[in-house]
Amino acid sequence: MTPYNLVNLSALMGMEAIALTDHNSCMNCGAAMRAGAEAGITVIPGMELCTSEEVHVVCLFEELKAAEEFSDYVLSTMPPIKNRPEIFGTQLIMDETDKVLGSQDILLTAASGISIGSVEKLVDGYGGVCYPAHIDRSSYSVISNLGMITEEMGFEVAEVSPMGNVDDLIEKHPILGRMKILTSSDAHRLDALPPANLSLHTDNNIKSIIRHLKNR
Amino acid sequence: MTVQNLIDDFSLEVLCGGADAAQKEVTGGYCGDLLSWVMSKAQEGDCWLTVMGNVNSIGVAVMTDVACILLTENAAFDEDAKLRAEQNGVIVLRSSENAFDLAVKIAEKL
Repeated sequence: MTPYNLVNLSALMGMEAIALTDHNSCMNCGAAMRAGAEAGITVIPGMELCTSEEVHVVCLFEELKAAEEFSDYVLSTMPPIKNRPEIFGTQLIMDETDKVLGSQDILLTAASGISIGSVEKLVDGYGGVCYPAHIDRSSYSVISNLGMITEEMGFEVAEVSPMGNVDDLIEKHPILGRMKILTSSDAHRLDALPPANLSLHTDNNIKSIIRHLKNR
Repeated sequence: MTVQNLIDDFSLEVLCGGADAAQKEVTGGYCGDLLSWVMSKAQEGDCWLTVMGNVNSIGVAVMTDVACILLTENAAFDEDAKLRAEQNGVIVLRSSENAFDLAVKIAEKL
């Protein structure tokens, strides 16, 4: 999955907007956004943050610069564990034509030092919105790791994977009934990209999408 | 003690891993489910007690050179984790007991 391929295949599959959310990094967002401008598709800069509780949280930003600053901050909180490419694969940084510019040596699959209780305010400060990812899954989700979602976490949105049963989840966790529920592909490979399947009733630009998700 | 001694003494279920891996020496133990903690704290030769039976657990076991993964309380072991464990020669065991009870018993034998 590389910036040029991701963006252009998404456009071919009929998507009007996508978000690139690498694990604990926004370093490929600029490339994807530039490829998106060429292909005529909105690319939202984002990250799938791994909190200190190993809960995945999707973070989306209005501005690339803020996303990259957030990315630097996240990196500064990561444990200094080096990636082992033979186990986890290489962590490439590319340009908009998929040319390799470099790689990240710090292991991005490790947890950041940012806690679930602080992430919403932190991301808001960078002009972004964030929400717990794939809350129905048995690993790396707020419900599997912490057992619940609380008001204090401050989330307005939650993401459910395509296999999740939203009605069941709301019954077990009534707070979800007051939140916006998104279903995302969470595609990690090109062949896992689904056809366009989520409609947000808002203008197709990054600012409008983020504000729509923030209910502002 | 070896991993094989551990299997025999505590009647552990062997989910994955061959005779070679079972000859590894167990020199200590570590209990933990947050992979980032395990990654930076577990020591080579440890018996790692956890409920995390996903593919990333195998990566962590390879990185830390633990002697084995011991899934506690009959925790689930994913198919893709099994595949990865086989590729990397990681031995994965399972018990119905919880981490505390197992750790106490294993510590007595070390």
